[in-house]
Amino acid sequence: MSAPGYTNPNPSVNNYGSSSTQNGGGAASCQNGPGQTYPAMHPSSGYYNSAPPQTYPTMTGHGAAQTGKVPVSSTDYSGNYYPNSSGPSPHPAAPGTHPPAHHYATANSPVSGAPLQHPVQSYQQATSYGVQAGYYGQQYNHPSQVHPPQQQPSLVPASSGNNLGAPLYPIVSYPSAPGSSQYGTLRSSQTAAGPPPVSTVMPLPPTQNSSQQFPQGNGATPTPAHAGYGAPPFSQTATVNGQSNAVQQHYEQNLHNPMSHHYSGAPPGSEAPNMERAPSGTPGTSVHSSPQHHPGLLYGDRRLNSAVSSVPGDHSSSSSDHEEEDEEDEEAGGDSSSTTTGSASPVPNSYESLEGGSYPDISGPPAAVPTKQQAPPFGYNYPTMHPAYQQNPAPRPDPSPSHGGYSQPGYQPYSQPFPSLTELSSALGGLSGAPELEMETLRPVNLLQERNILPPKRTPPPEPNLSSDLRKVNCSPDTFRCTLTSIPQTQALLNKARLPLGLLLHPFRDLTLPVITSNTIVRCRSCRTYINPFVSFLDQRRWKCNLCYRVNDVPEEFMYNPVTRSYGEPHKRPEVQNSTVEFIASSDYMLRPPQPAVYLFVLDVSHNAVESGYLNVFCQSLLDSLDKLPGDTRTRIGFVTFDSTIHFYNLQEGLSQPQMLVVSDIEDVFLPTHDSLLVNLKESKELVKDLLNSLPGMFAHTRETQSALGPALQAAYKLMSPTGGRVSVFQTQLATVGAGHLQSREDPNLRSSTKNVQHLGPATDFYKKLALDCSGQQIGVDLFLLSSLYSDLATLACVSKYSAGSVFYYPSFHHHHNPAQRQKFHKDLQRYLARKIGFEAVMRIRCTKGLSIHTFHGNFFVRSTDLLSLANVNPDSGFAVQMSIEESLADTSLVCFQAALLYTSSKGKRRIRVHTLCLPVVSQLNDVFAGADVQAISCLLANMAIDRSISSGLSDARDALVNAVVDCLAAYRANGSNIQPSGLIAPAALRLFPLYVLALLKQKALRTGTSTRLDERVFAMCEFKSQPLHQITRMVHPDLYRIDNMTEQGALHLNDSVIPQPPLLQLTAEKLTREGAFLMDCGSVMYLWVGKCCHETFVRDVLGYPNYASIPVNMTEIPELQTMYSERTRAFLSWLLESRTFTPAFHVVKDDASVKSSFFQHLVEDRTESAFSYYEFLLHVQQQMSK
Amino acid sequence: MEAAVFILSLVDCCALIFLSVYFIITLSDLECDYINARACCSKLNKWIIPEIIGQALATVLMLVSMHWFVFILNLPVAAWNIYRYTKVPMGNMGVYDPTEIHNRGQLKSHMKEAMIKLGFHLLCFFIYLYSMILALIND
Repeated sequence: MSAPGYTNPNPSVNNYGSSSTQNGGGAASCQNGPGQTYPAMHPSSGYYNSAPPQTYPTMTGHGAAQTGKVPVSSTDYSGNYYPNSSGPSPHPAAPGTHPPAHHYATANSPVSGAPLQHPVQSYQQATSYGVQAGYYGQQYNHPSQVHPPQQQPSLVPASSGNNLGAPLYPIVSYPSAPGSSQYGTLRSSQTAAGPPPVSTVMPLPPTQNSSQQFPQGNGATPTPAHAGYGAPPFSQTATVNGQSNAVQQHYEQNLHNPMSHHYSGAPPGSEAPNMERAPSGTPGTSVHSSPQHHPGLLYGDRRLNSAVSSVPGDHSSSSSDHEEEDEEDEEAGGDSSSTTTGSASPVPNSYESLEGGSYPDISGPPAAVPTKQQAPPFGYNYPTMHPAYQQNPAPRPDPSPSHGGYSQPGYQPYSQPFPSLTELSSALGGLSGAPELEMETLRPVNLLQERNILPPKRTPPPEPNLSSDLRKVNCSPDTFRCTLTSIPQTQALLNKARLPLGLLLHPFRDLTLPVITSNTIVRCRSCRTYINPFVSFLDQRRWKCNLCYRVNDVPEEFMYNPVTRSYGEPHKRPEVQNSTVEFIASSDYMLRPPQPAVYLFVLDVSHNAVESGYLNVFCQSLLDSLDKLPGDTRTRIGFVTFDSTIHFYNLQEGLSQPQMLVVSDIEDVFLPTHDSLLVNLKESKELVKDLLNSLPGMFAHTRETQSALGPALQAAYKLMSPTGGRVSVFQTQLATVGAGHLQSREDPNLRSSTKNVQHLGPATDFYKKLALDCSGQQIGVDLFLLSSLYSDLATLACVSKYSAGSVFYYPSFHHHHNPAQRQKFHKDLQRYLARKIGFEAVMRIRCTKGLSIHTFHGNFFVRSTDLLSLANVNPDSGFAVQMSIEESLADTSLVCFQAALLYTSSKGKRRIRVHTLCLPVVSQLNDVFAGADVQAISCLLANMAIDRSISSGLSDARDALVNAVVDCLAAYRANGSNIQPSGLIAPAALRLFPLYVLALLKQKALRTGTSTRLDERVFAMCEFKSQPLHQITRMVHPDLYRIDNMTEQGALHLNDSVIPQPPLLQLTAEKLTREGAFLMDCGSVMYLWVGKCCHETFVRDVLGYPNYASIPVNMTEIPELQTMYSERTRAFLSWLLESRTFTPAFHVVKDDASVKSSFFQHLVEDRTESAFSYYEFLLHVQQQMSK
Repeated sequence: MEAAVFILSLVDCCALIFLSVYFIITLSDLECDYINARACCSKLNKWIIPEIIGQALATVLMLVSMHWFVFILNLPVAAWNIYRYTKVPMGNMGVYDPTEIHNRGQLKSHMKEAMIKLGFHLLCFFIYLYSMILALIND
């Protein structure tokens, strides 16, 4: 699969490949190094900024969407390259991206000139070339066998500009070839390790690539195009991972990469991954050894390359693979670590000698001096490392809507380890891009005059103003985001800016990341921070904690780097190369043996429940997903049903059919039997299936209308408390009997009151206490409420809120009357049952000394000041925290935040997932505004407003929201002396702030004056508290596109599909026309509004109906028609859905449909009966400011 | 008679001082992570009512013995204690709620409150002691 992609046609791709190859070629001397460096260079060069990442993605054949972008970026890239080449080679600049670029550049330029030349150049550079060649030759053998035919084709492309890389290829191929050979071995081992399925996919393309490369290496006419393509595959793989995971993926990619490397022609790149993965790639050792043997010159090259690329490589490598099976990955990681070869020691020596001068380029930049220490290690690592780097860059590219321009993960490694924080800070200033960036984000915008304020595309999150090294290694904004990407120095400065300071986390989201197994997990001795990329190494033996500044010893075990199989390079360890890593924890991290996965389903079977028909849907979904439930052989499952009594089911293996045991004493619940209510899923699967098949029929004629939810939950607690696990509660009405019974508190007449809304808080502490008990026993409770009547969600939700569960609400669910809701329930269940889960988890958030967390938002129990207790953790929940600055941060230029999540995987392994985010500290108010992340700010404000509305009333909370805008804009006005006095001025970074706040005020959770049912309001509040940021952003401010006239202009080309990119429209009815069809994407629901006069071809080709009138009222999906329009529309839709875990409900809205009102209520810029339009809101804000 | 009133107040005051110290110790345990929020709150919530009673007793004693100055001094504290108890939202587990104590600086404000009360009770302690000695001498 991948092969075609590579070969493919995209010039950009070719470029990429070529570039990589070039590196390789340049490297020729460089060997692995060059190729590897290449990728690294991209990031490091920073020319691209956003562009480079894109290119990478494009490279990846997999990422369907990305390809389109790639070409452009790639061309840019090449352009950059050349210039660089002209310049001296700044190899040494470990930190700076530039040096690597130069290096490459030289390589590239020759390439561009003519492929043939490359070898020459390479010779010049590296005296050792001959040796290398030999090396390559060996490698070649493997590849050549594989793909001889491909080589020839590649020749043709060489002529093209893109092909420039091709000449290089030969060289490149060499490196790769060796790498591949090494990898091959590694790969086998790795595969054995069991990288996720993704990895397996990846390898195939690489192999093809490698084969191509090999031919080149042989000296056969190097096919530039092919070679280039071959290189791309790497990137592609990377991208694949990268799309979803961005940085984090790198890690896993690394693991996978080794495999891919083997195959892949991208010699350098491939090698790099191997290196990193070295752990996994024991086999790699053999390869490494060979590089080591190379003459010093070679090393020098490598070292240069390594300096450039090494960093990226580490990161990149991880990106390629999707992580599916953690355990497998873990094991792989473990293997890698375990494997050690002595190869490392020789390398360093060579490296040093190389440094001495074998390499001309090296001498170049001054930057080299500081890096020197680092450099040696790098060079030495390089051969292996490089490949990884290449891959790393690739991952970044994904164009998926949610992703911002994320920095490439891979790079920084080199600079990081050595420089102290202060050094890093000094490096910050050096960013040429930064000032411009700041200027742009600070550009004053007159909100009253700027009508079209919405950017045509989803804006990426702002990037922290860090040096490119740090930026590359920094945590993905999808995982970890701060409201201010520049942290103010003091609380006083923060107060001046009037912006909230907080973090938004999505720590357990699905991603691929490096998994590390080692006996000692290195942590700071005083604050227990995990070692991370932002610590500074004082020397080989000591590191300084970046949170508390304590100097710690580097343990002996940490000196050995399993990835590169080398000794004495603690800064090259994966922990120090990746800001997102996962450790396999030892027994020190367990209070008891890891629990098995235990699932209990508590089902309402009262008359109301049976009437709604949810049991059928549930039983069917569970039957379908029974094999997908995460777990191992110990997985246990149980069922409890209740109406006014509680029914248990004995599913003990050996019974001919399930036995129902009824407990009618709901005042004092007891368990009828102790051992057979929760049974091993494997052993009793037949009985479980029996039960699920018969359950819907068993209560079909029930007349019981009472609901004893409280006692049922108590029973569930008793049943689960010995083990812990997950309880899924399905409730369809108000709990009416037994402990925890509730009364209806809602007065329907007050639903649209503009005054304060009552009863947002719980009515009793029964559910809260129960939740805390559950939390203490590691039981998470997930609540599914399917009710058309008031069920007091405000009270019930407590049971999930404090036990770290999730809440699902399906208002007016009915299996027959409400097919859209039924469909959504079904799809949600599919995801819910199969999604990853972590048990008995705790999360700790640490931050640099001087900062402190004072408020937490999300579903969990705060056990101590910074420890969140999560009985269950799921990949779909987000968290937010608010922080204050307790001590001045004047003596530091960077602050870091670390979230460490310790959990038991469904396979019974104790794991620690660590995310580290690094941000700069600023002392100027303008810098604070420039770094403001308006989406994160709005999301945090929403959380704060919800807290406030529960504690002191809705109107209070609404006022506070408006004041937040007023205060912030007033602070900006007071600060800016150069701003015209009239109008409502906002910095460009915050220009969407008033719009988002207005949208917040119109949300179900916070609106007044519009009829809103209490349960729906409370559910919306729960969503705000527990959803990750990207989901909330879409909820608050949906994306509106016109899709009846989508063209291919600016479309993304992914794989073989074309994804049109219609511009975002403002949320106002003004943008709607009767002739059009508009898609509104609200995150968990999508509306397709079809205008009355919509073109008939659209109605016919996309919706499948002859004309507007014949479109049914409750249409909930788009048919798969074989027309161009339909394919384009569906491609666009599936691209939007790509990064989402839950499938949104879909409604086709006609003007006369009942869903019309819910569509129009999302047009937040328009005036409603009780709320301002956007322009009125701005005037209101202006008026408030002038008071 | 007067001496008896003050002796009683003194005993009551001692109890309140011990209670304040207990609050402070428990809260600082929580701050240092020696106990978890759940345990801390259930410990402290138990003593909310006794604290109200103790404070009310001292206030009433001063009222009946017509020591207006000391009464006025005690009244706001007693009123605050009662107010705090009555304004607890329905869904909360008491004045100290384990799910909220770590939020919005509640722990700090509880700590501050306990400190102020300790100071107040110490002041009262010396007033009572002085008044008691004075009363005994006068007898």
